[in-house]
Amino acid sequence: MLQYIARRVLMMIPTLFAISVVTFIIIQLPPGDFFTTYISNLAAMGESVDQTVVEAIKKEYGFGEPIYVQYGKWIWKIITQGDFGRSFQRGRPVTELIGDRLALTVVLSLFALIITWVIAFPIGIYSAVRQYSIGDYIFTFLGFIGLAVPSFLIALVLMYIAFKYFNQSVGGLFSPEFVDAPWNLAKLRDLLNHLWIPTIIIALEGTAGLIRVMRANLLDELHKPYYTTAKAKGLSEFQALIQYPVRVALNPWISSVGWVLPGLVSGATIISVVLSLPTTGPMQLQALLNQDMYLAGSFVLLLSALTVIGTLISDILLAWIDPRIRYQ
Amino acid sequence: MSQPTDPAAMPGQTPDITASEEAPQEVEAKIMVASQWKLIWWKFRRHKLAMISGIIVIAIYFVAAFAEFFEVFPPDQYAARYTYAPPQTIHLIDMSDGTPRLAPYVNGYKVTIDSFSLRRTFVVDPEQKIPFRFFAKGFEYKLLGIIPWDRHLIGPVNPEDPFYLLGADALGRDLLSRMIAGGRISMSIGLLGVAISLILGILLGGLSGYYGGAVDNIIQRIIEFLRSLPTIPLWMSLAAALPITWPPLYVYFGITIILSFIGWTGLARVVRGRFLALREEDFVLAARLDGAPQIYLIMRHMVPSFLSHIIASITLAIPGMILSETALSFLGLGLRPPVVSWGVLLQDAQNIRAVSTAPWLLIPGLAVVIAVLSLNFLGDGLRDAADPYGR
Amino acid sequence: MASDDKLIEVKNLKTHFFLDQGVVKAVDGVDFEIRRGETLCIVGESGCGKSITARSIMQIVDPPGRIVSGEILLHRRIAGDSGGQVEDVIDLAKLGPNSREIRSIRGKEVAMIFQEPMTSLSPVHTIGHQISQAITLHNKVTKAEARQQTIETLRLVGLPKPELRVDSYPFQLSGGMRQRAMIAMALSCHPNLLIADEPTTALDVTTQAQILDLMLGLQEKLGMAIMFITHDLGVVAEIADRVAVMYLGLVVESGDVYTIFSEPKHPYTRALLRSIPQVGGKVRQRLDSIRGMVPDPYNRPQGCPFHTRCTEKIAGLCNRVLPERVTIGEGHEVRCLLYSDRGDIA
Repeated sequence: MLQYIARRVLMMIPTLFAISVVTFIIIQLPPGDFFTTYISNLAAMGESVDQTVVEAIKKEYGFGEPIYVQYGKWIWKIITQGDFGRSFQRGRPVTELIGDRLALTVVLSLFALIITWVIAFPIGIYSAVRQYSIGDYIFTFLGFIGLAVPSFLIALVLMYIAFKYFNQSVGGLFSPEFVDAPWNLAKLRDLLNHLWIPTIIIALEGTAGLIRVMRANLLDELHKPYYTTAKAKGLSEFQALIQYPVRVALNPWISSVGWVLPGLVSGATIISVVLSLPTTGPMQLQALLNQDMYLAGSFVLLLSALTVIGTLISDILLAWIDPRIRYQ
Repeated sequence: MSQPTDPAAMPGQTPDITASEEAPQEVEAKIMVASQWKLIWWKFRRHKLAMISGIIVIAIYFVAAFAEFFEVFPPDQYAARYTYAPPQTIHLIDMSDGTPRLAPYVNGYKVTIDSFSLRRTFVVDPEQKIPFRFFAKGFEYKLLGIIPWDRHLIGPVNPEDPFYLLGADALGRDLLSRMIAGGRISMSIGLLGVAISLILGILLGGLSGYYGGAVDNIIQRIIEFLRSLPTIPLWMSLAAALPITWPPLYVYFGITIILSFIGWTGLARVVRGRFLALREEDFVLAARLDGAPQIYLIMRHMVPSFLSHIIASITLAIPGMILSETALSFLGLGLRPPVVSWGVLLQDAQNIRAVSTAPWLLIPGLAVVIAVLSLNFLGDGLRDAADPYGR
Repeated sequence: MASDDKLIEVKNLKTHFFLDQGVVKAVDGVDFEIRRGETLCIVGESGCGKSITARSIMQIVDPPGRIVSGEILLHRRIAGDSGGQVEDVIDLAKLGPNSREIRSIRGKEVAMIFQEPMTSLSPVHTIGHQISQAITLHNKVTKAEARQQTIETLRLVGLPKPELRVDSYPFQLSGGMRQRAMIAMALSCHPNLLIADEPTTALDVTTQAQILDLMLGLQEKLGMAIMFITHDLGVVAEIADRVAVMYLGLVVESGDVYTIFSEPKHPYTRALLRSIPQVGGKVRQRLDSIRGMVPDPYNRPQGCPFHTRCTEKIAGLCNRVLPERVTIGEGHEVRCLLYSDRGDIA
């Protein structure tokens, strides 16, 4: 088992390297960059630009040097100092900017994830066990709708309903009076009041898909003879179901559960934009739109790395839980 | 107890064959003769929802192909007087004379200015009647880009009259016309994107499955790498990297290629998986042992049992593309005005102010939902039917 | 014969499957009985309802299948008030498929082993876990005791090194060892009736023989009755005390194994016996096969179900009248109009 993990970790290194190269290429793709634009804008407005500062920055990031030197400087700083560079637009280090929003994003995503699981698993199991029942048809239909309606549309419609009929604004996570207030109990309560609608909207996004996956996986297992064996042993239908087919049907889900990791950090980007939540998603979008390259690139790099790590976690979990893989 | 009798003592009861017992075999024979495509069609036809969805999908693509004919006004024609004009209701029968007569019309607008917020609001004016007709003369266009014409399915008798069946946007443009124009872009991006994915997928997946060994290994590693990248951030950054200066057509193709860049890996896996599985199938082995030539083997036995799955897979892949385009354009990373797509139209509804003044701006979302739902149901039906021998 | 010898009586059992395309009458009026300690073989082609009969006894018929009518009487010996044993009869057909009563009987009084040792055991649990679960479910024992009993049972079924194998996963065992584990699971609570649904079909011939020997040996040691379902007449000859021949959801003939093999009465039984190759038979003799196909399950023939393939059918009668059971010898029953008193039918 340890050997297996060690091998998988070693295999991650070339992948991470390839990801960092791809990321760097992506952030270099747009012609021009924010820094140059920024400098020329300042100059155009007649502000004096301290040439020594410009030169220092240029040197620090290797602007004007060959692209592999720029890449080298960029990645070296990340590995040795955890320094992802600066956001030129916001004038602050990338790590600080992301750090500001990370905690809230993770809390929000985690709650949403738990809600998704709590809703999707029982419904998926129910739908499979009572296949073609009225309940199954209703959930399947709702699931289809859930897959077909873009999540931002649901957010928009709910926002409209809340605004029109309840006269409540849904955007943001704090009431205006609490935005800059220090943390206290009232602010926490205010946060929770604002948190539940976005949480549910984000949770609904993944629910339909998970219900379908769970239903399909379980249907494959329900007709396997070992379920009959378990019932023939004298287990009740429920015990037999949970301990055998459901247990096996979870494996494909476990094999992709690691991918929630990048999701936790990126939050639901599109919904966050619509609901103007102070999560990392909208910041990433802004960075991309403004070609704030270090900030945008850091996001891509961070999320890709988390995807790879998530896959590793999934594989380890799967090996731990499924003896067929462990003993290969 | 009844008397046991020995059958040997009853020579009269020896076998007799009647014609009636041959009947079931004939029925069986008929079933066996039906071709695979026929079986697929029979099975698909039983799936009512998929049938209806198929008709809707065809209808949507029909409207998209002849978009100009269905549009009322050119999609970019603006009329500042009618900013956020609400949708009008169609009246087919005019009752004003006391006797009903067939004269389709819509009511015009009265503008009132809210004294408090100083906002212009439109009120339906029952006095004003704007007659409209079918096959009305309107702006000139080229049907399918070739045939010059000026007729439209529906249009006001007087082209200067306001005629907004689904309302107007901030610039007084007709939402219905824009939605139809957007449908052409959104639906074709799905189709084109899947086509590119399919070519890549079949090419690389087929190579991978056919040659195996080192080729398979390299292609599989590439696929694994691409799949280990997070989709949404990658899409977003690639889309953001498209130069703003590009003309709309370039952006359109750029976005399509970006969308299929990730999509092909899934299809490649399906193709490779089917190829590998089929190579091992008994009926392929049987045909090979029968001495069937390679090309006959592939065309007659492998492709049919494969094509149905591929068709189902691509049908299920199109809605994903449509949704991705919509999301990217909605965020401002995808298509940009003046190109009109459903995502671009929904961008107008991004803030709560716009949505609360003009909720009809959300209607393009309904078009997305209907298109995606029908494609999904159609694909599901096709997938179930693709394996006619299954349960 | 003393009635307390009976272990289980199946009377006019009907199990039907309600599908969209129609009702499949998989089991349609089955009668038989099994006495304590004996082996009853149920023989028939695939699709004749053998397995569904077995599953009906256990009440594990998958929906849309359901027991429609009939009785399954299980005779149990329980300790009476005065110290002696009292017989108690329970109708399993009346119990709900998920009821507490049937669950206390499943695995405890009636146990079952299945055809596919590969898939009948959960791939992600150790065999020890799966067997000891049955033990803890029906007995008041600790986990450690259950584990000990599991190892003992595994030793009983001849699994080498049971102390180690108890922690193995099914995919680590060979087909024969898996079937031994299945048998161990079934026997772990000392059932009075062991239902074996084609337990050797998926195994190679050598392993088959070993498993059959094992089952016979265990029967001698533990004294349980066996209901053995097979389509292999060779196996029947080897292990059966009595035989029931099934065709399209009906028992068409039953009797002790010698009678059935030496004096088969029903045309179907005779056709079945003609279709097995005989050692020492004439060289190059053509093997008989039964004419025609098993009828479509949705369109069962009227009258005797076998009349569409029967070489001795009575025109105008067999296609109208469903034959009654006729006793034609000691414990020998047959459902065929050739042996009925036709006076009261025609």
